[in-house]
Amino acid sequence: MQTFAGIIITGKIPGENLNTALNELDHTYLYDPPLIEGKPSFATISAEISDIVEKKTPRPWFLVFGFTVSLTLVLFGCLGYLFVEGIGIWGVNIPVGWGWAIINFVFWVGIGHAGTLISAILFLLRQKWRTSINRFAEAMTLFAVICALLFPLVHVGRIWFVYWFFPIPNQMQMWPNFRSALMWDVFAVSTYFIVSALFWYVGLIPDLATLRDRAKSGVRKIVLGFFAMGWRGGNRQWKHYEMAYLLLAGLSTPLVLSVHSVVSTDFATSILPGWHSTIFPPYFVAGAIFSGFAMVTTLGIMVRRIYHLEHIITLGHLDKMAKIMLATALMVGYAYTAEFFIAWYSANDYEMTAFMLRAFGPYAWGYWIMISCNVLVPQLFWFRRLRRSIPVMFVASILINVGMWFERFVIVVSSLANDFLPSSWDYYKPTIYDIGTFVGTIGLFLTLFLLFIRFLPMVAMSEVKGVLPQAEPHYHDNGKE
Amino acid sequence: MAVRQKNNRGILAEFKDTHDLLVAAAKVRDAGYKAFDCLSPFPIHGMDEAMGLKRSPLGWMVGIMSLVGAGLALLLQWWTSSVAYPLVISGKPFFSFQAYVPITFGIAVLLGALTSFFGMLALNRLPRLHHPVFYSDRSAKITDDGFFIFIESHDEKYDEKQSGDFLQGIGAVSIEMVRGDA
Repeated sequence: MQTFAGIIITGKIPGENLNTALNELDHTYLYDPPLIEGKPSFATISAEISDIVEKKTPRPWFLVFGFTVSLTLVLFGCLGYLFVEGIGIWGVNIPVGWGWAIINFVFWVGIGHAGTLISAILFLLRQKWRTSINRFAEAMTLFAVICALLFPLVHVGRIWFVYWFFPIPNQMQMWPNFRSALMWDVFAVSTYFIVSALFWYVGLIPDLATLRDRAKSGVRKIVLGFFAMGWRGGNRQWKHYEMAYLLLAGLSTPLVLSVHSVVSTDFATSILPGWHSTIFPPYFVAGAIFSGFAMVTTLGIMVRRIYHLEHIITLGHLDKMAKIMLATALMVGYAYTAEFFIAWYSANDYEMTAFMLRAFGPYAWGYWIMISCNVLVPQLFWFRRLRRSIPVMFVASILINVGMWFERFVIVVSSLANDFLPSSWDYYKPTIYDIGTFVGTIGLFLTLFLLFIRFLPMVAMSEVKGVLPQAEPHYHDNGKE
Repeated sequence: MAVRQKNNRGILAEFKDTHDLLVAAAKVRDAGYKAFDCLSPFPIHGMDEAMGLKRSPLGWMVGIMSLVGAGLALLLQWWTSSVAYPLVISGKPFFSFQAYVPITFGIAVLLGALTSFFGMLALNRLPRLHHPVFYSDRSAKITDDGFFIFIESHDEKYDEKQSGDFLQGIGAVSIEMVRGDA
């Protein structure tokens, strides 16, 4: 009798083959593979990650940066024209009063959610693998929320009245209507931005100290020293630091779930068929995490390839993210189905018409792009081989984000376009300024991300060191104590 | 020798790994030192117990400030919608508390997060750009791969000779007398 990884094998072992096969099985499924491959030392982790921001800027970076900055200029151009002319330059009209601006807003906020999920929820669940990807996922959150916040700000048309959003005492003696979901949104998303920024910065402090201590030039020493705030790495500091990190994770967890729920109430508290639905909050949250993980995957695949971080952001990370995407894809797939079922079950003519038009009406192409990208493509992730295939994951993650953009398009446009009065029905088309603004925010997002990977450590060094096997005191005592 | 020395001195002792540092920390604590710290590139599991540190009070601060935030948010929404600018909207009461929940929650989280950030800095006395540890050339190793114990000169038991020997005795790889004024 032989005990083998918890399985008791009785009888004779028939030759070497079974043993080899079992060994392989054991290696693949029964033991967790190392989180960071190649058994690095603490010093190699700091050297490898810091090196990226310390050496001379590579030439391709400038090329890509030039391109993304040009796109950002398109954004500024479109916004400048918008401020002069008003939102008449967009394709919105009654009944489609909410066009691309709101679609893009929901799209970008959703992308942000994966960063917070990785940094907060996976932290509370003690998923140590998050340490390799949490820093750049958090940065992604921050930049996505910046892009998202832009749209509610500019979609009001007269941006100089935007302070009406906030409860500021004013000469009109008027106050915002706190019973409106749109006001909840202002508070939810701005809180989300501030909390994400704090969380990101707290995580950065020890790494900024590492960069400070490695800095050669005086200017670098001063700038990094300023932002590292004199971090010493003493356990008396770590004690409060870890508590702060835990508390921020604990606060961010309900926050991230609430933010997209609140975004969904912008729709769900209205009486419009296709929007007036109680499934919206969980459905939006699942979709947000889905699209966010797709974006983390897209960026992660590019970053690990370009900066040779394959042993830190491993195939195991892609595998795990694919599983989360598969789970959330099934949730949104369920929501799409449930909406149709409820439309039929409600026996409400308007609700049924709205959904028939959604799937077979003038915007049916958008609906079927959404179904293909969000429900069918993720089915690939049932297979381990495909979850660990870089090309498959890269293409699938981009398709998922296309699909998630179209989900918001379907929700916003197809519900509004065919309203209660058929005489006002028309076909909604975006203008060049709608497209320019959206493409511009992609440019802004990528520009900020490029600046981030150029100047800040994109992997949380202190956290990665903390999950290396030799970080655990018991690793060194050979089980004696 | 109980002469109080200047505050910008201390002994920096390096240890081999996390295990040695953890064991040494407990011995330094048992020897009666108070003003010492264990410096490492990442937090070490079990170090708070080894050093005899109490739990951080930050949780209480954040909890209280979150409740204050929730209270203020509710107060703001009640006062603006019921007293300062009462408007009938969809025939709902002025104080429709159900509709005030999202913002109440949001402000509670916001104040809690701000407290955990600034509270952490305050408890750690940061930003503070000077510390005796920084006078050592080896302090750069702390944020890279070094594990150190630093005993500050204002500790009552501090004595350059004896404390140095003591640290050597409990397994320090190297000892350095750090002098800020040297």
